[in-house]
Amino acid sequence: MSLEQGQIESDLAQALKAIAATTDLDGLKQIKIDYIGDKSPLAKANQALASVDPASRANFGKLIGSARAQVNQEFEKKSAELANLRDSQVLLTERVDVTLPGRRTLKGGLHPLTILTNEISDMFIGLGYKVAEGPELESEWLNFDALNIPADHPARTMQDTFFVQPLEAKLVLRTHTSPVQIRTMLDHKPPLYVICPGKTYRADELDATHTPVFHQVEGLVVDEGITMADLKGTLDYFAKSIFGDEVTTRLRPSFFPFTEPSAEVDVFFNGRWIEWGGCGMVNEKVLIACGVDTKKYTGFAFGMGLERTLMVKHGITDMHDIVEGDVRFTQSFGVGKK
Amino acid sequence: VKIPLSWLREYVTLPAKITAEQIAAAFVKVGFEVEGIDYQGRDLTGPVLVGKVLSIEELTGHKKPIRYVGLDLGEKKTRFVICGASNFKVNDLVVVAVPGAVLPGDFKISARQTYERLSDGMICSAKELGISDDHAGIIVLAEGKIGSDAISLLDIKDVVFDIAVNPDRGYAMSVRGLARELAGSLRCKYVDPADIKITKKLDAIKSSKAVSVKIEDKSGADAIYIRTFEKVNVKRPTPLWMQRRIEKCGMRSISLAVDITNYVMLELGQPLHAFDADLISGGLRVARANKFSKLTTLDKVERKLSPDNLLICDGKSALALAGTMGGLASEVSGKTTRIALEAAHFDPLSIARNSRFHMLSSEASRRIERNTDPVLAQVASARAGQLLIELAGAKYLGTAQAGSPIKKRKVKISIAQISKFIGYNYSTKQVKDALSLIGCKVAGGGSLLNVEVPTWRPDLISSADFSEEIARINGYELIPARLPVGKGGAGLSALQIRKRQIATMLATQGFSEVINSPFVSQEMVDLLGFTGDRAKSFRIANPMSEDFPLLRTHLIPGLLTTLNRNIGRGGKDLAIFEIGTVFRNTTPLGKAVNPAIDKRPSAKLVSDIYAGVPKQMLFVGGAVAGEKTLSNWQGSGENFIWSDAIAKAVEIVEATGNEFEIVSSDLAPWHPGRCAELRVGGKPIAHAGELHPRVIAALNLPPRTCVFAVILSELPVAKTIRAPRIWNLPATVQDVALVVKKDITADQLQRALRAGAGELLESVTLFDRYDQIGDGKVSLAFTLSFRAADRTLTADEVGRYRDAAVAQAGKECGAILRS
Repeated sequence: MSLEQGQIESDLAQALKAIAATTDLDGLKQIKIDYIGDKSPLAKANQALASVDPASRANFGKLIGSARAQVNQEFEKKSAELANLRDSQVLLTERVDVTLPGRRTLKGGLHPLTILTNEISDMFIGLGYKVAEGPELESEWLNFDALNIPADHPARTMQDTFFVQPLEAKLVLRTHTSPVQIRTMLDHKPPLYVICPGKTYRADELDATHTPVFHQVEGLVVDEGITMADLKGTLDYFAKSIFGDEVTTRLRPSFFPFTEPSAEVDVFFNGRWIEWGGCGMVNEKVLIACGVDTKKYTGFAFGMGLERTLMVKHGITDMHDIVEGDVRFTQSFGVGKK
Repeated sequence: VKIPLSWLREYVTLPAKITAEQIAAAFVKVGFEVEGIDYQGRDLTGPVLVGKVLSIEELTGHKKPIRYVGLDLGEKKTRFVICGASNFKVNDLVVVAVPGAVLPGDFKISARQTYERLSDGMICSAKELGISDDHAGIIVLAEGKIGSDAISLLDIKDVVFDIAVNPDRGYAMSVRGLARELAGSLRCKYVDPADIKITKKLDAIKSSKAVSVKIEDKSGADAIYIRTFEKVNVKRPTPLWMQRRIEKCGMRSISLAVDITNYVMLELGQPLHAFDADLISGGLRVARANKFSKLTTLDKVERKLSPDNLLICDGKSALALAGTMGGLASEVSGKTTRIALEAAHFDPLSIARNSRFHMLSSEASRRIERNTDPVLAQVASARAGQLLIELAGAKYLGTAQAGSPIKKRKVKISIAQISKFIGYNYSTKQVKDALSLIGCKVAGGGSLLNVEVPTWRPDLISSADFSEEIARINGYELIPARLPVGKGGAGLSALQIRKRQIATMLATQGFSEVINSPFVSQEMVDLLGFTGDRAKSFRIANPMSEDFPLLRTHLIPGLLTTLNRNIGRGGKDLAIFEIGTVFRNTTPLGKAVNPAIDKRPSAKLVSDIYAGVPKQMLFVGGAVAGEKTLSNWQGSGENFIWSDAIAKAVEIVEATGNEFEIVSSDLAPWHPGRCAELRVGGKPIAHAGELHPRVIAALNLPPRTCVFAVILSELPVAKTIRAPRIWNLPATVQDVALVVKKDITADQLQRALRAGAGELLESVTLFDRYDQIGDGKVSLAFTLSFRAADRTLTADEVGRYRDAAVAQAGKECGAILRS
């Protein structure tokens, strides 16, 4: 077979024309067979190269190669064009309303008291504290006596404290998490940096601001050279971490049997002073009862109601919402939002 | 305590322009919480005048008695007003608001036609004037000039502070104490009203006609003064100024003699009691009740005495519950002419016990419980005596006194130590000033000061006690803020981490955390069929409600109650959980020990204290009802069923890294055929499944409600995880369908397959269960997946492992291959 330049050029022109004229992807399939496949004129011309006079083989080779490349390129271009066209038309008919809700499982959430406890624990762990816990049904000695609350103290009457039968067992539902502080001091040597979050009990009727079962977080630090300035700085840092950097705190003189000096800590939040908790320097009598060397160590302690903290922080106006277990309340907090 | 500003001003020289809010802030600054400020007379404008009742016309035919009253207000004509009260008679002096006056609550007085008469003003009650809640009748004045301004006569325009006094500051339950604190806070001049000089005149006189006194129980009182008076005119009215001050302090005016004792108590803080001296047989004694078994107190309650009650007695009988309340038999009455006035320094604890034993808290006991100034027995009785002489025309007979004289107490304090403790370097002047302001006498100039402690401050003993006073008077705001950091944090404990993980896992899986009441009824325990340890509840001696006297032994009661509450509020598809402590009275408790706190209890005592506290387990429990995937536009959702509750218990135990065995259980309150027990190390650690239909019906819960409970605190802490090697050659799988008797569990079969399949077995997954083959049999189909580290397993090799697994299942469970 002989090759002619004119023929090759005409084959090329025909192929390009056919590609240009195609309007659908099925047509392109035939084009591929007719103008690109093994039996297409240009493929055949390529096969014929072997029998061409070696002197002109290189020229013909170049010519055929270039023609085939051109056809391939145009084919790919057309093919992409037609695929796009098909997608934009066909997929349009598969369009859905993406605002239709998907299959949901139930919405869950952590109780905000858990979230708050975690938040506080993490903050204090960052300050090198441990999180200490202890029994809720507790001995009177640990809940009262060791805290310098003697047997005749008004707090130990039935109006305030839940006692458990038989009374000789001297067990109470702890009225604060302070017995955990006592256990910590009895079991470990200073320096001590602990917080004690947990459930506490007092014989108050449930109303908008009280509940017989509530939660506290207490803090205790016993170390060399601990001062009231340390207490003040710690409470200020604590308040800012819970209520925001813009809040300020103040200490007001107060009285607790287990601290001396004692103070109430108030937080200035949303334009007013809020009573937040009690605090003070650990009473020497308490340190002595726990065997702490008072010549070497001093300490501070503080305690806050978590329900109260939560109410202030999230604008909760009724205690019932916190204690009733309505899932709508829990769900609104998710697994923890600031 | 309630305290009027006008009274405080008598002893504190306050700046003229100071506001009530500034005074309140000054109290707060030194530790006295102001619970209320009552601006009396702020919204009252006159004319409100003193009027004399000239005539009373009773109008009949109305629902209540109505009077038409003629009044002399010093005007030319008699003024007539309608009045609904009837506690007055002709010639009485009353308070009349005339047209133009505005009473509290923006109540404008005008002349008006009512009950077919012209009412030209109003006769006022104390409540209408905003000075007390007393609305029983109108005010009848003991004195007053006709037509004069009643607002100033009654000293209405005043500010009354309601102040919370901390229990360590008994001295501040008085004008004397609070004036001192206010003066200290504002650095104003202060005059002590308890002036020892006033005792001189009275103490000089002795008389054998005076009532004598003995302290027979020295643990009950260390000083007592009895001052005797005769010719007391008890029927004289209490002067208006005294009456008004008593009222502003929240008490009632009763009679002159009683009012005088109350007035002096309010002023100085010393409770006093007036006996009718003619009703005392022999002398007075301070003694324990012992033989005396009964006493009727002034409130007309006959009280059964405890032998250790502290009393004032005479030779024959109990006369008063010491420091708490007088007795009815010896009270001052209209017939009284001789009075024995008692003032004592009682032991606070004895009086607290008197008060608590009889559930009788009085103005007197509240003060004495918090300790009174021992000097005051002498001074206050003299002050009251003086008032009896001046106001009741009494003649003084003499004084009997018992007890030891007051010793002055001196202590040394170190400014350096106090500064170090507070974290602020106080100057000598700051320390001296603060101590002087609270009544100390301070000597010395260096770092070590000699301090004479005032008699009313028995609480000032240790360096810390003085630190508080110095820090308080100088202001807590002076103390700098410093942030100490622990010595090496330890992070959360394993159980704390576990608690968080489980809670977060459940919350992200659609469970809502709840915190339930731990108080349970006996009915609930019975209904749930708790037996064994779960029936051993602790009983609360003083429950909030007699219906819920038990402490929970399990989380289920609370979970079901809360589930029901949610359903009652329209909830349908619910998944709730709680992590909480349960209480079981299962182990014998050690005997309660109560060591003194003057030193650390011995190691033995500490372990005894710990042994006296029952072990309390931490549970996680949950309840589910309704749909777990919700119905929507795509179609119906899927309900929670027994296996969901079991899966949750399984996931929780898995999350703790523990291996477990799962068996069928018939534990109440679960459905006896639909309850799984999970065992770890052979010990039951969790139960889960569907509730018993009886429980569901009784509590009106949704059908097929399911619950689970896992004892978190009993699960061992898992060892550090050994990472598995992940092989990436392809796995080869083999399916087997096995027929077993229905009582063989899937778990048993799976364990047998695992045991027989050899070490190249990677997983066993149940993919089909067919229970329609009859003959009490069931078919379970599993996919066994095998993988080797070094080669792709051939079908032949894997076939051998499968046969071995089936053979093991046949041996252990009687399984045969399904044909």
